[in-house]
Amino acid sequence: MKPAISVILLTTLIGAGQGLFLAYYSAEWLVMLKILHPIPVDYAAHAALLSFLLMAAGLLASFFHLGHPERAWRAAAMWRTSWLSREVIALPSAMVMILAFALIQFFAIDFEVFVLGSIPIQLSTLAGFVAVLAIVVLFICTAMIYASLRFLRQWHTPLTVLNFLLMGCASGFTLATALVVAAGAGQFDYFFAMAIALTLAALLSRLLTLSRNRRLRSPTSLQSAIGVHHPTIRQIAQGAMGGSFNTRAFMHAYGPAVLPLVRRAFLLTGFILPLLLLVIGDDNALLFCAAAFLLQFLGLMGERWYFFIEAEHPQNIYYQMIA
Amino acid sequence: MTQLALVIDLNTCVGCHACVTSCKEWNTSGEAGPMVDRNPYGADPTGTFFNRVQTFEVGEFPHTQTVHFPKSCLHCEDPPCVPVCPTGASYKRPEDGIVLVDYDKCIGCEYCSWACPYGAREIDEQQKVMKKCTLCVDRLYDKNLPESERKPVCVLSCPTSARIYGDIHDPESDASKAINEAGGYQLMPEWGTAPANHYLPRRKVNIAIHEEDLQRVDNPLRKEDRGQRAPSTRTTLDDSTSW
Repeated sequence: MKPAISVILLTTLIGAGQGLFLAYYSAEWLVMLKILHPIPVDYAAHAALLSFLLMAAGLLASFFHLGHPERAWRAAAMWRTSWLSREVIALPSAMVMILAFALIQFFAIDFEVFVLGSIPIQLSTLAGFVAVLAIVVLFICTAMIYASLRFLRQWHTPLTVLNFLLMGCASGFTLATALVVAAGAGQFDYFFAMAIALTLAALLSRLLTLSRNRRLRSPTSLQSAIGVHHPTIRQIAQGAMGGSFNTRAFMHAYGPAVLPLVRRAFLLTGFILPLLLLVIGDDNALLFCAAAFLLQFLGLMGERWYFFIEAEHPQNIYYQMIA
Repeated sequence: MTQLALVIDLNTCVGCHACVTSCKEWNTSGEAGPMVDRNPYGADPTGTFFNRVQTFEVGEFPHTQTVHFPKSCLHCEDPPCVPVCPTGASYKRPEDGIVLVDYDKCIGCEYCSWACPYGAREIDEQQKVMKKCTLCVDRLYDKNLPESERKPVCVLSCPTSARIYGDIHDPESDASKAINEAGGYQLMPEWGTAPANHYLPRRKVNIAIHEEDLQRVDNPLRKEDRGQRAPSTRTTLDDSTSW
């Protein structure tokens, strides 16, 4: 498949935004459960706002993928059958709940709703809980857009959902680590440890997917594509001299040497270098943590780019020779 | 249930592209608006087509055969492109099984084209909507056309009658008979999309021609050697057969 830059931006930006909110919200619960110390500086509202902005940027990028962005509202109609439609509902829902969480905290209009055991549940905690539900649903919807296409065998695996979830969370927690360092807010250890654990888990899951995809064999051949059962078939003409949508949308012009290069590059910048930078920046060094996030984000964009290049569409079998 | 479809005979298709040009002509002139044409007279002409003819060479020289392969939307009975559409612009008509795109609802997200293993859908780069073969739905029910012309225009234009149109769920239709009697098959059956369009395979056509069929030895009207040959006393072909 040809990589679509708007879709790459959409999935990586909302992934980081979702991960960032999960990072702060989980920390808040750990404080409530008295596992973590309360944060001296109150920056949860700002972090949630940043998470909202990342997702808004992703949403904005997605509009550039559409031929008719003014009709985008129609895309919520087919939620019964289409994962894309479900994503179109889940993304704004998650954004609204995250914004609600941020505004409640920012304007300090929080109040205690009820007490769960010995933990007082605030209005913002409830809003955040709904946001977390929407975020998890959004992760699944976004990944299932790709994983549900059974013809694209490189995508058609539960690992796609796991990858999207782990990579989004990894970049979100790395960003959260950089933010606590910038705010000087303490709780560094929690975000730091989670960022490393999630990045490692994402790396493992991606490597697993890479090795799975290396073993894939297409059930489709030129023989089944045109129904002629002869071992030797050669295309002489594809019916168009100047290319067509079929040659532009599903094929990439990168040679076989580019793919391994990009694979190594994204494994390095998306996972290994951020891990190293985080470990080196152990003593709360802002520069290292910020660099870790920026590198990881770039690396994950490369990963998403490779994710597209990696997928082979069966229609390409009809377009092997121009004339 | 009606399932209108095409049955394309690869044994008779000569690859003349008449179906391609007539399809483009009919569908670019319709009320849905023109189908884009970029650089039509330039070095790299490109544009939207609902139907294309591809050519394949089968076998190894000198024992090769050329197979012309017309390719358009197959109007699958279980179309994978329909459920993925987020707006409902792509739909399969329950009354006749034609898969269509509502150009007024399409947002041009291209997701349906990802979900089609055949590459049957093309975005119109001018209108920014997904387009595909409509089976000339604007001809099939048009009472202003004579009944013999209420068919897809590719079927009407085919000079070798390689394209058969009909309801494949009606066992008495020409299309069903062709599928059943000439070994009609579906493309990429491994994906379980149940394409409605079928193809008829290449088959060997042999006619046994005997010397007598070309030149009757006992032709009573034969003039060339009249008077030069003694009348035959052998049993003639006419004597030995009953007609």
